[in-house]
Amino acid sequence: MPVEAQVADLFRAERGRIVATLIRLTGDWDLAEECVQDAFARALERWPREGVPLRPGAWLTTTARNRALDRLRRSTVEAAKLREVVAVPDDESDNEPDGTADDGFRDDLLRLIFTCCHPALTLEARVALTLHTVTGLTTAEIARAFLVPEQTMAKRLVRARQKIRNARIPYRVPPAHLLPERTGGVLGVLYLLFNEGYAASAGADLVRRNLCAEAIRLARTLVDLMPDEPEAVGLLALLLLQDSRQAARLDGGDLVPLEEQDRARWDGERIEEGVALLDSALRRGRPGPYQVQAAIAACHATAVRAADTDWPQIALLYGELARLVPSPVVRLNRAVAVAMADCPSAGLALVDGLAGEVTGHLLPATRADLLRRLGRHAEAITAYEEALALAPTDAERRHLARRVAEVTAASTRANPTGSRPG
Amino acid sequence: MKYMLLICVDDTIEPTAGDPTIEQWLTEVEGRRLDGSQLRSIQDATTVRTRGDEVLLTDGPFAETKEHIVGYDIVDCADLDEAIRIASRHPCARYGSVEVRPFAE
Repeated sequence: MPVEAQVADLFRAERGRIVATLIRLTGDWDLAEECVQDAFARALERWPREGVPLRPGAWLTTTARNRALDRLRRSTVEAAKLREVVAVPDDESDNEPDGTADDGFRDDLLRLIFTCCHPALTLEARVALTLHTVTGLTTAEIARAFLVPEQTMAKRLVRARQKIRNARIPYRVPPAHLLPERTGGVLGVLYLLFNEGYAASAGADLVRRNLCAEAIRLARTLVDLMPDEPEAVGLLALLLLQDSRQAARLDGGDLVPLEEQDRARWDGERIEEGVALLDSALRRGRPGPYQVQAAIAACHATAVRAADTDWPQIALLYGELARLVPSPVVRLNRAVAVAMADCPSAGLALVDGLAGEVTGHLLPATRADLLRRLGRHAEAITAYEEALALAPTDAERRHLARRVAEVTAASTRANPTGSRPG
Repeated sequence: MKYMLLICVDDTIEPTAGDPTIEQWLTEVEGRRLDGSQLRSIQDATTVRTRGDEVLLTDGPFAETKEHIVGYDIVDCADLDEAIRIASRHPCARYGSVEVRPFAE
C-alpha cells in the first residue's frame, strides 16, 4: 500500500483517539487539533523517505505531543499547562500496542465523545463538535452536510469549545450515576447524524450522504469502547438494518414505500450483521428503545416479501416502545402496525385517538392511507390533501400527490359518473 | 470554579407540598455554597439606566417576563457537572428554573 494511502487510513482510524489524548494532556482543544494535524503532515513528509514506523499510531501521538510541548514552551502564559504535559512520562505514548490500543488511550476517545455530547451544549453543537473533533471532518464539510453557511458552522464550533472551557465542562467519562443518561445522549447524537444522512436526497452533497456511514463508524467505535452497553449495540444494529435499505428506498428522487421496495436490492450483509448484533444485545436482558427499534427493523428486514412481514410482532414491539418512549409518533406507528396485523379500521380508531397530539403531515398521511385501504376514497383524498400541504420535502409531496391521483382514479372507476362517492 | 446560580420562579406558581425545603438544600450544599440570599419581590425593584447625563429610573425589573429572579447562590464546584447537580436539587428547580453561570474571573 502506498504511504499516502496508509496515512489516510491512519487518519480515519486513529486521528480521533490521538486528538482525544492530546486534549487530555493539554486541556486545549484548538492546540490539540492543530498539533495532530501537524503530526499527520509530518508523517506524509517523512515516511516516504524514512519508511513507516513500526507503531505508526504511537509515532503520531508522540510527534503531536512534542509539537504541543514546543508550542507551549514558546508561550510563557501557558507555563502551568506545560508542567502538566511534561509531567506525563514519555513512555506512556510508547506503551500503546498498535491496533489494540490500551485502556488509557481507549478511555481518551470515550472521554472525548462524552464531552462532545455533553447535554449542556445545544444538540446542533454536539453533532457538529462530534463530527469535527472525533471524525475529523472539516468545518466546511460539516457546514455542507447540514446545509448551513460555513461561517455559521465555524461560529457554532467556536462557541461550543468556548463553553466547554469557560463553564468547565469536565473532560471525562461520566461517573456511574450519570452514565445511563449520558450514554443515551451520545446515542441520540449518533442517531440524529444517521437520520440527517438518511434524509438526504440522491442529488445532495456527498458529505451529507456520507453522514450515514460516519454515524455507523462512530457507533462501531462506541460499541468497541462500551462492549457491555446493550443500547449501543442496539443502535449499531438499528443503523445497519436501516442502512441496508439504502439502495432500494429511492427511485430517482422519489421515496419508495417499504412494501413496494425491491427486496433483492437490500444489503444482505448489513442485515445479517444487524440481526446478529441485535441478538447479542438482547441476550443481555436489558432492553431499551434502540434495541426495540432494531427489533422492529429486523422484522421488516427479514421478511422475504412484504406480505410475509410479521405485523402482530411489530405491533407488539411498538407497544413496548411506546412504554419506553411515551411519544405520540411511536403510538402512530403502532396504529399502522395494528392496522396491518388486525384490520385498517382498528388502526384508524387508534389514529383518530391521536388527533391533536401529532403535528405535521404524518397523522393525515397515515389516516389517508388507512382510509384508502378501507375504500373510503373521498375522505382519503381530503386527508392526502391535508398531508400534502404539511409535507416537508419534495420527495414526500410527490409521493402524496401520486397517492391522490391513484385514489382519484380508483374512485372514478368505482363511480364512473365522476361524482365523488359520499 | 465559582458559579452563580440565579433562581428564577414564575410568581403565579406555588411550590408543591412535600418537596424538599430550602433548609434541606442548604445543609446538603454546605461547604460548596459561598454566599447567597433570597431577594425581595419585583414590586420593590428599581431599574436604573444612565443615558448621557440622564439617569432613567423604571419601577420594576429590567425585563417584563413571567419568571423573575427571586434569589441567588454562589457555589464553588469542581466542574459544571457538580454545579448542575447542586442546581438540580434546589427546591425552586422543581417548579421554576435555575440558571448556572460561571464566573469570568
